Amino acid sequence: MRRRAILGYGAAGVGAVALMLFVGWWRVDGPGAPAPVGQLPVALTEMDFRLTDHEGNAVGPETLIGRPTMAFFGFTYCPDVCPTTLSDISGWLDDLGDEADEMNVVFITVDPERDTVETMAEYVGYFHPAIRGWTGPEEQIARVADGFRATYERVPTESGDYTMNHTASVFLFAASGRFVTMIDYHEAREFAVPKIRRALAEEMEGAT
Amino acid sequence: MKKYILTSTLAALLTLGGLSVPALAGPEDVVVENAWSRASIGMNRPGAAYMTIRNAGDEPVTLIGLKTPLAMMPEIHETKTNAEGVSSMSPAGEITIAPGESVALEPGGLHAMLMRLQEPMTEGETFPLTLLFDGGGEVTVDVPILGIAARGPQD
Repeated sequence: MRRRAILGYGAAGVGAVALMLFVGWWRVDGPGAPAPVGQLPVALTEMDFRLTDHEGNAVGPETLIGRPTMAFFGFTYCPDVCPTTLSDISGWLDDLGDEADEMNVVFITVDPERDTVETMAEYVGYFHPAIRGWTGPEEQIARVADGFRATYERVPTESGDYTMNHTASVFLFAASGRFVTMIDYHEAREFAVPKIRRALAEEMEGAT
Repeated sequence: MKKYILTSTLAALLTLGGLSVPALAGPEDVVVENAWSRASIGMNRPGAAYMTIRNAGDEPVTLIGLKTPLAMMPEIHETKTNAEGVSSMSPAGEITIAPGESVALEPGGLHAMLMRLQEPMTEGETFPLTLLFDGGGEVTVDVPILGIAARGPQD
């Protein structure tokens, strides 16, 4: 009786260890593993999408070729991250001064249902004048996000509305369309401006 | 900056009550400083307010909720950005502040999320925001409304 109990415990122990190993494998190497970090955006020249800017012009990745580009995702119903990002970018553009005029700066909505062309026009009007607001049909937004290796997700809130989780990094592309680097959300401004200058400098190299 | 130092000093001297930036009331030892918020576009979007909440007392205090005539559903929320750079936002629950510690509500982290606005948030105005503490204590602070592009209380 006792020996059977011990055997039983032993078997249960082996089973528990096996389960832990399996769970560990599942989460680290198996199907439950997180998506690989550090997937970089493709070049703008390899992207294909059709959107509308806040002035009603048809735009696409080709609109951005020829000048360095700073692009980021957000939505105008976002109370915290997006106005902060837009304010940060406005500050960087102020720091860059005249150099900012040589860049494309594009705010792409991940919430096209609420962010119409008119909504985007009103919203970007509160920030640096260089910032353009792009929106379009949901399937086109999905194509943009895919090219940028960005993600977004609609999440219901308790107030009966919804919010959007989304990639909050700012992406920098050279004038050629090549991806240069990104500025993470919590990065200090003293690192951001040199990164932007780097993207601007690549334009010079490309031009010579 | 000068104004900030001045008001902080005044708060430290416990001589202040009801000026626009810091407030000192309710649970005796809770000090709210540098409160600010951004103007809203209309009433459909949620607003956000920021501040530093300092526990100057000897006992922990627990922030359990908010109320304001400005919004039907004010709530402390937290923005988190994961390793992939994806930001998400969720209710922060109760926040306990140890004696001598502060909690910063600041862009990209904790914030007072003002859902279901009852009126637009207009730049240049202020609104009262009441912090509710465990045990029934309350602290009300007048929160200045800055521009939509404001980055901090000094803007």
